[in-house]
Amino acid sequence: MNHPSTLVIDLVELTAADLPRAGGKAVALGRLASTGTPIPPGLCVTTTAYDCYLDDTGLRQRLPLLLERKPFSEMRWEELWDLGLRVRSLFLNTTLPYGLAADLTGHLAPRFADRPVTVRSTAPVEDSATASFAGLHDSFVNVRGLPAILDRLRLVWASLWSDRALLYRQELGLDPAASAMAVIVQELVIGDRSGVAFSRCPGRPKLVAIEAVWGLNQGLVDGDVEPDRLLLDHADGRIVERYTPQRLQACRAITDGVALQPLPVTEREQSPLSDDVAVLVMSLLRQAEENFGAPQDLEWTLRGKELFALQSRPITTGDVPDNGGDRAWYLSLHKSLATLQNLRHTIEDELLPAMEHDAESLAAVDLQQLSDEELVREIETRQGILDRWEERYREMCIPMAHGIRLFGQLYNDRLRPADPFAFLGLLAGDTGLLAAQRNRALQELADLVRSDPLLTDRLRDGHPPVSGSPFATALAGFMSRYGDLSWTLGETAEHSRGLMSLLLELAKSPPTQQTIRNQTDEADYLASFTMEEQSFAHEALEIGRASYRLRDNDNLYIGNLTARLREARAEATRRLAEHDKPELAARMAPVRELVARRPTPAGSSEEDAGNLPGTRLQVRQIVGQPAGPGLVRGRARVIRQPADLRAFQSGEILVCDAVDPNMTFVAPLAGGIVERRGGMLIHGAIIAREYGLPCVTGVPGATELIDTGNLITVDGYLGIVTVG
Amino acid sequence: MNNTAESNDILKGLCTGQPLAVLATDAGTGPYASLVAVAVTRDLRQLFFTTLRATRKWANLAGNHHVSLLIDNRRNQVTDFSRAAAATILGITEELSGTELENGRAIFLGRHPHLAEFTASPSCALFRVQISSIFLVTRFQNVMEFHFSP
Repeated sequence: MNHPSTLVIDLVELTAADLPRAGGKAVALGRLASTGTPIPPGLCVTTTAYDCYLDDTGLRQRLPLLLERKPFSEMRWEELWDLGLRVRSLFLNTTLPYGLAADLTGHLAPRFADRPVTVRSTAPVEDSATASFAGLHDSFVNVRGLPAILDRLRLVWASLWSDRALLYRQELGLDPAASAMAVIVQELVIGDRSGVAFSRCPGRPKLVAIEAVWGLNQGLVDGDVEPDRLLLDHADGRIVERYTPQRLQACRAITDGVALQPLPVTEREQSPLSDDVAVLVMSLLRQAEENFGAPQDLEWTLRGKELFALQSRPITTGDVPDNGGDRAWYLSLHKSLATLQNLRHTIEDELLPAMEHDAESLAAVDLQQLSDEELVREIETRQGILDRWEERYREMCIPMAHGIRLFGQLYNDRLRPADPFAFLGLLAGDTGLLAAQRNRALQELADLVRSDPLLTDRLRDGHPPVSGSPFATALAGFMSRYGDLSWTLGETAEHSRGLMSLLLELAKSPPTQQTIRNQTDEADYLASFTMEEQSFAHEALEIGRASYRLRDNDNLYIGNLTARLREARAEATRRLAEHDKPELAARMAPVRELVARRPTPAGSSEEDAGNLPGTRLQVRQIVGQPAGPGLVRGRARVIRQPADLRAFQSGEILVCDAVDPNMTFVAPLAGGIVERRGGMLIHGAIIAREYGLPCVTGVPGATELIDTGNLITVDGYLGIVTVG
Repeated sequence: MNNTAESNDILKGLCTGQPLAVLATDAGTGPYASLVAVAVTRDLRQLFFTTLRATRKWANLAGNHHVSLLIDNRRNQVTDFSRAAAATILGITEELSGTELENGRAIFLGRHPHLAEFTASPSCALFRVQISSIFLVTRFQNVMEFHFSP
């Protein structure tokens, strides 16, 4: 064992005693090498280097300010994403201290300055028999040159704090503050074919599973390339099953990094997992299993006739209990560009048109002509349709939101902006955003009101617009296209009054403009990529924009279906009010809550402070997350139920539990937005960006602690709301 | 999490758990801060502290009864920025005598029994603060106000 403060240790010199500073992955490679298993030559940058970096740069002080801003258990998935992105940005923008950089250079330059390497995580806690951090920390393949190696080193360190890793650590009960990260730097072996192998197939322990792809392993690990798969009898190596996929692509090393490339015909038609290769891998696997005395999950690559072990870790047997399936679902949100592109087409070409079709079909039904029995069946049908689409929304639309983050991470990696959310400037201002289109249409109606004092008076007095007038025609057009403000503005006559109040309020002040996209930013982004990477850069931006747009738009499609259900319910309510219909009444009860993504009624903000009788508790300042830069002071309008929106007045601060795109028609009136739900990707943050509004999200108890009429200050720079 | 309940627990923990507080008095030309041993009643309405009559703070209190105290649980570590809580207490002081002095001293010594000799000295004054408000700061920037009816 070397001195405890050693920064770098050769993989072949590592022993079990080095586990706390070298991590399980590096120690396992050292053990494989010591027993003669070929591994790519490499070094381990120990946790000592990580600790020096944190201490010398002050990150050890800055990290807790980010990580402990809010109890981890109270964060939603959007907030976890944000947190991961902020931490990553902190590491990206904090260079190595000179002394540390010089020391590391002294170790790494002689070995790797002129050859491609992989830079991989090896955290001390990962890959034990009871916990597997597989895929949770970052690895970089085909990194060239010392500056790039030192850069990726920081990114691997940052991945210790990735959203996924944080979530997993919390489940395991590990204190993030006590975590540290070591890093493996290894020569890149550019294998002809690569794969993974399990010495005990998960769920079928008498079998061995071997998977293989052409080229490098990255495509398989990321799930972009489907592998050939063999199941073999563990006892005698006999092939039990063979799965042959449609082979289309391989992951190959390019100038910097790796890329998916089409397979030549010869490789499409030939398996990378021939019987001979399987025998070789099986032998390596047995060797690893014997070496470690436990079932192993092995990554391998074959270059010519040389088979290398890239890593070996125990197959996790004692997985922590899954958190009601939430973690699995959360992890499934992380999608590659290729997967997102497919998902986008499915959503845009199939899912949304089908939703629109369903909504149109339902709208065509004349509810008044239905018998009571038919009406009940219609309500059940509509409820079923809505439930089905909401399930599909969770399956497809939420994962699609990952496109925003994928683009954001790419943008940050290339441009290293001080604001980790600067990339949103390239996504905002989307003319395809339906909520913004609807709001523009509202503004046009408001313009007509503003320019016509007689019309203003008429509407203010509660009279309908003159039939056939330009305003009446424009209003009919709006209702036909965007009539589904009804669930917030009320049904029929109430809806009409609500809409007129909204227009009169909008007409009081000059129109608010949607953000215009900055073309300079886009040029800077594209200029940060080589010619070879331009296509990828464009595709990533495109998927980011589609993801941003769909994140908002898909809710409006759901809102449309919700409106159809409400219409049917309203018809039943009308009949029950007019006549005593016990059978209909019985069938209507219990009434289910319509849509989950709705503001929920909240309690009073003023109460007896628990067991301190006679005490008035009043919030003064609440910390959330900055989601829209700017500072504004104004009266709060707390939205505890949709109808509260009807009283919204120009300049008020929208305070709500969760903004839905169906509610954001008041955004042009708002001075700022405060939302209980957190994250940069939530609808409140998106619409705030569109209108340049100061916005703070993730404000715990926002609607309980703040009352309508409270004078509040929204600090969208720091994410703080001050009351009074 | 229930914000109110959480704030209550933190505040009670601070006020009844921390032995010392920073006392700010009015020195005429500006504020004057001192470190004092405190005892806070469980209902958080009253706070007791002692001081010698020869001290600046005693003289300051004779001139202006309004005080502010700060009680916190910082550990002088990096994590204080996110994990420390601080309570700013506002109230009016009154030097106790007679029966009130005996009762107040019992409360104070219940919290600081090792100060019995000090408080028994005729030169030592015992003050009661009638707390009107407490501002609780948690997680660096979260602020909740507790206002007590007279």
